[in-house]
Amino acid sequence: MRYLPLSGTDRADMLAAIGVASIDDLFADLPADKRLTALPNLPPHASEQAVTRRLGAMAAKNTSAGSVPFFIGAGAYRHHVPATVDHLIQRSEFLTSYTPYQPEIAQGTLQVLFEFQTQVARLTGMEVANASMYDGSTGLAEAVLMAHRITKRDKAVLSGGVHPHYRGVVETVTRFPGHVVQSLPPDISGSEDILAAIDETTSCVVVQSPSFYGHLYDLKPIADKAHAVGALLIAVFTEVVSLGLIEPPGAQGADIVVGEGQSLGNPLSFGGPYVGLFATRQKYVRQMPGRLCGETVDADGRRAFVLTLSTREQHIRREKATSNICTNAGLCSLAFSIHLTLLGGAGLGKLARLNHANAVRLADALAVLPGVELLNRTFFNEFSLRLPKDAAAVVEKLASQGILAGVPASRLEPNRPELDNVLVIAATEVNTDEDRAALVGALREALS
Amino acid sequence: MTMNNVGRPTAPVATDAAVAATFTGNRGLAIEEPLLFEVGRLDVTGVDFEDVGAFEPRLGGLARTAPVDLPGLTEPETMRHYVRLSRQNYAIDLGLYPLGSCTMKHNPRLNEAMARLPGFADVHPLQPLSTVTGAVELVAELGRWLLELTGMASVAMSPKAGAHGEMCGMAAIKAAIVDRGEARDVVLVPESAHGTNPATAAQLGFRVVSVPARADGTVDPEEVRKRLGPEVAAIMLTNPNTCGLFERDIVEIAEAVHAAGAYFYADGANFNAIVGKVRPGDLGVDAMHINLHKTFSTPHGGGGPGAGPVVLSDRLAPYAPVPFVRFGEDGAAEFVETRKAAGERGLKPFGRITAFHGQMGMFVRSVAYMLSHGADGLKQASEDAVLAANYIKACLKDVMTVAFPERPAMHEVLFDDRFLEGTGVTTLDFAKAMIDEGYHPMTMYFPLVVHGALLIEPTESESKASLDQFIGMLRHLAETATSGDASAFKAAPRLAPRRRVDETLAARQPKLVHQG
Repeated sequence: MRYLPLSGTDRADMLAAIGVASIDDLFADLPADKRLTALPNLPPHASEQAVTRRLGAMAAKNTSAGSVPFFIGAGAYRHHVPATVDHLIQRSEFLTSYTPYQPEIAQGTLQVLFEFQTQVARLTGMEVANASMYDGSTGLAEAVLMAHRITKRDKAVLSGGVHPHYRGVVETVTRFPGHVVQSLPPDISGSEDILAAIDETTSCVVVQSPSFYGHLYDLKPIADKAHAVGALLIAVFTEVVSLGLIEPPGAQGADIVVGEGQSLGNPLSFGGPYVGLFATRQKYVRQMPGRLCGETVDADGRRAFVLTLSTREQHIRREKATSNICTNAGLCSLAFSIHLTLLGGAGLGKLARLNHANAVRLADALAVLPGVELLNRTFFNEFSLRLPKDAAAVVEKLASQGILAGVPASRLEPNRPELDNVLVIAATEVNTDEDRAALVGALREALS
Repeated sequence: MTMNNVGRPTAPVATDAAVAATFTGNRGLAIEEPLLFEVGRLDVTGVDFEDVGAFEPRLGGLARTAPVDLPGLTEPETMRHYVRLSRQNYAIDLGLYPLGSCTMKHNPRLNEAMARLPGFADVHPLQPLSTVTGAVELVAELGRWLLELTGMASVAMSPKAGAHGEMCGMAAIKAAIVDRGEARDVVLVPESAHGTNPATAAQLGFRVVSVPARADGTVDPEEVRKRLGPEVAAIMLTNPNTCGLFERDIVEIAEAVHAAGAYFYADGANFNAIVGKVRPGDLGVDAMHINLHKTFSTPHGGGGPGAGPVVLSDRLAPYAPVPFVRFGEDGAAEFVETRKAAGERGLKPFGRITAFHGQMGMFVRSVAYMLSHGADGLKQASEDAVLAANYIKACLKDVMTVAFPERPAMHEVLFDDRFLEGTGVTTLDFAKAMIDEGYHPMTMYFPLVVHGALLIEPTESESKASLDQFIGMLRHLAETATSGDASAFKAAPRLAPRRRVDETLAARQPKLVHQG
């Protein structure tokens, strides 16, 4: 077997050195009547070629986003990732290293984390950021728990513009310890009255902008109301590229900012692994979940980086930890950071403008189709349409024609018939004029 | 002196000059790299864009008032920045990485190639299911292998990491208890458990009650029985445990737990020791997460991403969070995405724990690993890992103190610091001296049940020559320490990119972002 260096002779020599007769003597503590006597009912080892054939055949059954006109967003976005990114994250020293628990021989990973934290803080307009979460949705649940710790209250108010999966995660994670979640109904166009839902019992109010449906919320009045009653504003985004063009949540009064960072550096990969971004104000740093990297010096006085404030974490605090989180999104945060380094603020601004321009052109072209209504006055690179018929059926029809047209809202909100005709569509810099023409033409035909 | 034909010396001239400070601060191939924020410029970008053209923005009044305050680098500068940084890291690809409980085994590059196939990497989680049948097939394939290897009834694929899997499994237990109309709120956790176990239980609103280890490092069923009662929801047990021992009374413990109406959660962090040898389902386990990044070798990536699917017993299967893959009588896989769809099938999912469907990129790598090894290779890998750990134990037991010598070690061997007593050398000093010898240290000061723990997990990826050199190095360090020479240990590491770092300073005055 190509991955196992020990030979039969090695094994015999090692058993002799240990002083046992057979390998099974080393497994003597396994209950005798439970030990497997035969191999598991699975195929035997296989060559690289055989594995490639098998997995290649599976992969070939999928329609890859890059092979068709593609307009799906809804929390994960297709962007062009410079070739440099994937090369660098496959460096052995990044790919095959562990969590940097021995800082003297992990300065590479640690400096990257410190730079990542700084990038995320500046991008979101916040003072500090952690070394990443599993993804945006789990990061949001952690943010809500953090807000509860800070405010010593236990009710979260969730805007109807928050991604339905994110809402589901918050509802699930906070239900077990007995916290309260008030979820407002789906809000496509930014017409909900969230201010009315905020009162002295509110721990935090959660607003996603750009929202799941595309709307851009003005966070300032929400922050003001929240702060007036002692609550926190948690701002969420699923499209980090939007921050190249939109006023950052930190400048709008957010206390905790959580986002999905997949758009930079990371492929769609059927939903994971992604990278959660998590930023907050300096004064809340000791209530943050997740790993933090800090600057310090070594014994010779040279600048060095090290994981810090670990007294918040599970391996020190056990049941009193701020979170049970152990890993971060390591390599995905590296990919994010490299892509953002290549872009710089200037490049991110250009990328964001391209995305916005493509979405505006697409929205305008679709809005004039008979029976189609554009539901957002403001948006970034994603918007919602109301179709004259069931959106899921239209999406299926277009998929059969080789066009991936967007996400029917009903797929994520199956219990809300009022959303059955709503289609959420994204456009990014990867979409060409030809892609747009293909979608417009096919949708016109499907609706006629 | 030997000269070549243009008069250049071809052999070095011996000097006794010590390594002098250099102008740059670099030392040969060891090149210092400033922060991105010190070398980048605000007006620079390493990406070229097409012209945007004219359009009318729809940002309302929310357009940015100032450009993003982030420096950029051109492509060649970017390449150097990160390549130089990478060279300051230790890595599995550089050498033996004996972190106990972390399982730093070889990461096959075939797995990387497979995960990058456009049919897996460039597929959106919300594409119509008719366009991703191969992706669902892949998830189902991984599920089948996990169920066969664990002997369990069903699997929840979406947890993003081990600790997330713990939360998933314990939430399923909580949901089952609530469904039974009970209010059990205590979780038993042995002292040797990973910190994530009590943290997870607490996060779900459970109270944690600790179970002491007995003298041989394992859990005493009697101590468990004493703590069982109508308020106990579950026990969380790692097996093999973090002392590297198999909990030999596991069946008795499981029976006692079940008899008391509680569930058995197994922390599967160390499943890599027993794959193909015994099935957790046959031992009475109700839920267990599997760290794909350990047992099935997805790369650790400097701290993530992980993946932690949870296998569930029949009793807990109905409560698995959405989405999940379900197998029909005929073995066909069905993808259940929403609570509504699950409800229509008579199931009671406790909710959703992440957006989308889980760590697909890690699933592909794991399936590639499983297919490559096959049933025979997976069993052999477990055996080799256990063999290597016991070999290290046998070769070092005369110079280092094995914490629990009575029982065979599993995939890792635990030493304590009794062999360093009176030498002035601590476990930390000893670990740092290993760095100067070109090794990553073992796990230190964990588990907490012994003093100054040194937990060594060599994995199956090491040749005998590699193990022998590692053993020789440890033997040398142990003998040096006990011979009374502590100074080299106190000064270590001297040859790494950095000397010991000031962790106290970092925590007292947290500097988490670059200013300026």
